[in-house]
Amino acid sequence: MEPAAIEQKDESAPAIRAGGVPVAFAIMLALIAAAPFVTYPLFVMQVLCFALFACAFNLLIGYVGLLSFGHALYFGWASYVCAHTAKVWGLPPELAILTGAAFACGCGIVAGSLAIRRQGIYFAMITLALAQMMYFFALQAKFTGGEDGIQGVPRGKMFGVLDLGNELVMYYVTAAIFLTGFLLIYRIIHSPFGEVLKAIRENEARAISLGYKTDRYKLMAFVLSATLAGVAGATKAIVLQQASLTDVNWPMSGEVVLIALLGGLGTLFGPVLGALIILAMQYKLSSFGEWVLVAQGAIFVLCVLLFRRGIVGEIANFFRIRL
Amino acid sequence: MFEFCLPAILGGKCIPSAALFGQLLIGLINGSFYALLSLGLAVIFGMLNIINFAHGAQYMLGAFTAYLLLQLTGLGYWPALVIAPIVVGITGIIVERTMLQWLYKLDHLYGLLLTFGIALILEGVVRNKYGSAGLPYTLPDSLRGGQNLGFMFLPNYRAWVIGASLVVCFGTWFIIERTRLGAYLRAATENPTLVRAFGINVPRMITLTYGFGVALAAFAGVMAAPIYNVSPQMGSELIIVVFAVVVIGGMGSILGAIFTGFGLGVIEGLTKVFFPEASNTVIFVIMAIVLLVRPAGLFGRRA
Repeated sequence: MEPAAIEQKDESAPAIRAGGVPVAFAIMLALIAAAPFVTYPLFVMQVLCFALFACAFNLLIGYVGLLSFGHALYFGWASYVCAHTAKVWGLPPELAILTGAAFACGCGIVAGSLAIRRQGIYFAMITLALAQMMYFFALQAKFTGGEDGIQGVPRGKMFGVLDLGNELVMYYVTAAIFLTGFLLIYRIIHSPFGEVLKAIRENEARAISLGYKTDRYKLMAFVLSATLAGVAGATKAIVLQQASLTDVNWPMSGEVVLIALLGGLGTLFGPVLGALIILAMQYKLSSFGEWVLVAQGAIFVLCVLLFRRGIVGEIANFFRIRL
Repeated sequence: MFEFCLPAILGGKCIPSAALFGQLLIGLINGSFYALLSLGLAVIFGMLNIINFAHGAQYMLGAFTAYLLLQLTGLGYWPALVIAPIVVGITGIIVERTMLQWLYKLDHLYGLLLTFGIALILEGVVRNKYGSAGLPYTLPDSLRGGQNLGFMFLPNYRAWVIGASLVVCFGTWFIIERTRLGAYLRAATENPTLVRAFGINVPRMITLTYGFGVALAAFAGVMAAPIYNVSPQMGSELIIVVFAVVVIGGMGSILGAIFTGFGLGVIEGLTKVFFPEASNTVIFVIMAIVLLVRPAGLFGRRA
């Protein structure tokens, strides 16, 4: 059986030109720096959290070919743990975020080592089922506050000096967290480790025959992805000063798939653009009730049927660059 | 009246027999739906190589069709049990012809993503129209009342649900494993090109298989309507559990799917008696254990 891999490349295409990534990165940097003066900082901060979440998810599907349908687990639970440690234990924000991420990392180790025992379609179903299990724990656990979630999380002072109560300071801290995660993912993808991941995506049997213990690589990628998703969720808890059930429930797992798919699976910038579009759409459609759900479903269908490369993937393909 | 007690090592909790049998019955009912839905998933996966994420939404659509038939035309439970699967099955066939058929040559994951999108659309449309509160569906008169079996009270409708799903499940098994049509199906699963060379219209067979799988989901939905409230999210909650059931059983075997579905329903029911707080998660825990012990699933073969 062929290993599950989402193919992005066009074999017959002429050589890919260099220079796409630095230009796109410069544009992104400029937009992030200018955004709080043009639109609501809170909205952009949410976009950045979801962008990091989707980038982490994309590390798994785009570069290892593993579709996780349960990434809400890491995002939502890190958000709960961060909110709890910041509010009840009184940890400063940087430690609260790290605790949340560490918890997501632990969950990633457990869930990842179970899920990589099966391939392809089963992998997706297992991750979804494990996430649903943890959703029920979140629903029943005392500290999560059940349906109410955790409200009124203090933003506090980062490193004791940066007052996150100031919206602009909070914004640039969020931007810095996002950029750190983004560059880390870039580094992972372009490292020898990342090359092995791509080899597993293309042909796992061959990677095994070359002597790579692919299960270890897959687990490592899974844990990295889960941890970064946790960083995103924990940061969101500080930004919005709350953690809620929505973030651990299965529609959130679907949403991150949608963000990455719309932007472009296996592209560096796709998840970022996808997060911007999907969140803007939710914001615009928020007064139309459940039509958000219908719109999301329709985007799924259109993406799968018409442009599987996603928006950034199509742009990159058109200009023969890598993005 | 007598009591059942757990061994001391498990907490030694004691339960009156009526409560135990009552939960066992609920377990069997839930198991019927797990079996019907995982059977449909397995049949569709066998032929189309697609995990039908819309299965839960199509189950919900079956229940809503029954509800609408009653509200708009006055047609009751029995006609709905025939009409709803046909109507929803036809929508399935339309989906297969217009969308799914373009995905067979691609990675399996795209089928999952597309059917997930369809599930969102269906759920969203129904929610817009009817809200997310549950709507009641009244029992047919012919199935009201129940039997006193001495050790417990057995409502007629619940007996009917268990009996009917057993018949449908084993009927499906019989068609696939013991008839000529089933032999074509199994052959086309193994090698579609060769079967086409024998003059059998494989694409049409695939279409009808999807329609049949979807109709099974709708059938389960109609049967569920009088037990649970009819609500837009009734399918999405169920389908995730059914996925876990499918991972536990493996999709390679029809009988395996039926057995796993009923078995897990009963285990879930028993958990509700003895450890109520774990009843939501027990199936997922079992899935984790099975993955550790038998990664290919109870009835699965290693790929």
